[in-house]
Amino acid sequence: MRSDLLSTLMAAPYVSKFDVQFERMGDELTGILPFDDSIVGNPLIPALHGGAVGAFLEIISTASLITGQKLVRLPKPINITIDYMRPAKAADVYARAIVARSGRRVANVRAEAWQGRRQAPVATLHGHFLITPEGEIEDG
Amino acid sequence: MSQDLQSLLDELGPLMVDGSPHAVALGLKLDKLSPGTASMRVPYREDLIGDPETRTLHGGVITALLDHACGVAAFSGFGGNDTPATLDLRIDYMRPAKPNLDVVAEAICLRSHGLIAFVRATAHDGDLDDPVAIAQAAFMISKASVAAQERAKRAIARGEAI
Repeated sequence: MRSDLLSTLMAAPYVSKFDVQFERMGDELTGILPFDDSIVGNPLIPALHGGAVGAFLEIISTASLITGQKLVRLPKPINITIDYMRPAKAADVYARAIVARSGRRVANVRAEAWQGRRQAPVATLHGHFLITPEGEIEDG
Repeated sequence: MSQDLQSLLDELGPLMVDGSPHAVALGLKLDKLSPGTASMRVPYREDLIGDPETRTLHGGVITALLDHACGVAAFSGFGGNDTPATLDLRIDYMRPAKPNLDVVAEAICLRSHGLIAFVRATAHDGDLDDPVAIAQAAFMISKASVAAQERAKRAIARGEAI
């Protein structure tokens, strides 16, 4: 576990701006995006911004990658697909990610964000991230 | 008719950005909105950095920019009547955005019919041929947004602020 990279991630201006928190229970990491007016996308509904939920899913994916193995630096997203299942209400959002496969260069991650019921996710992500595991020879 | 739609978009376009707290928080700016296309930028800011080592913008900022630009393009594709919700969004991150440069998203609504719109967008930091990211998204007009819009219209008719 590289908690130093996790603190680098948490100290990143964008991550701290939205006050994203992590709770670790054994090898399971849950991310918390606390509700704030600044993450609302459509105040008429009101619903959270798809971009904010998408970004949060990217953050929990990154966090799960760096707590699951020793990496030299923060993973970089290669591509992501986000499915929006239902509007996210004006409330806290939680998320967990599963590292489906982690190779020497690329990791495949799936993540899920929910609010009230874990069984009723507001959005899911699947994506690939470029990683630099410790001891691997780096590309340029 | 296209002239009417353009004047409607000129009127409503800025509201699609300034009326969205998250878009305001990220400093998104609508550069251009015409029937079926939107151009939107996120000015480079220290508080949007994702990796302090490289000082590049967080991927999430690009995600939010692309989502919003695609949403506004879908809105114009639907004729400026309905606020669409994102069904799905795929983003390929070609390279990190360069520090200190604004990122601009150019979105095109490829088709909007009935409840669904398909949108494609490119994000770049100055050169459209050297993209930072590309996105493909689908949007739908949701019951929630139609209901919200009707509430807003009634409130405006009553002369209330929304």
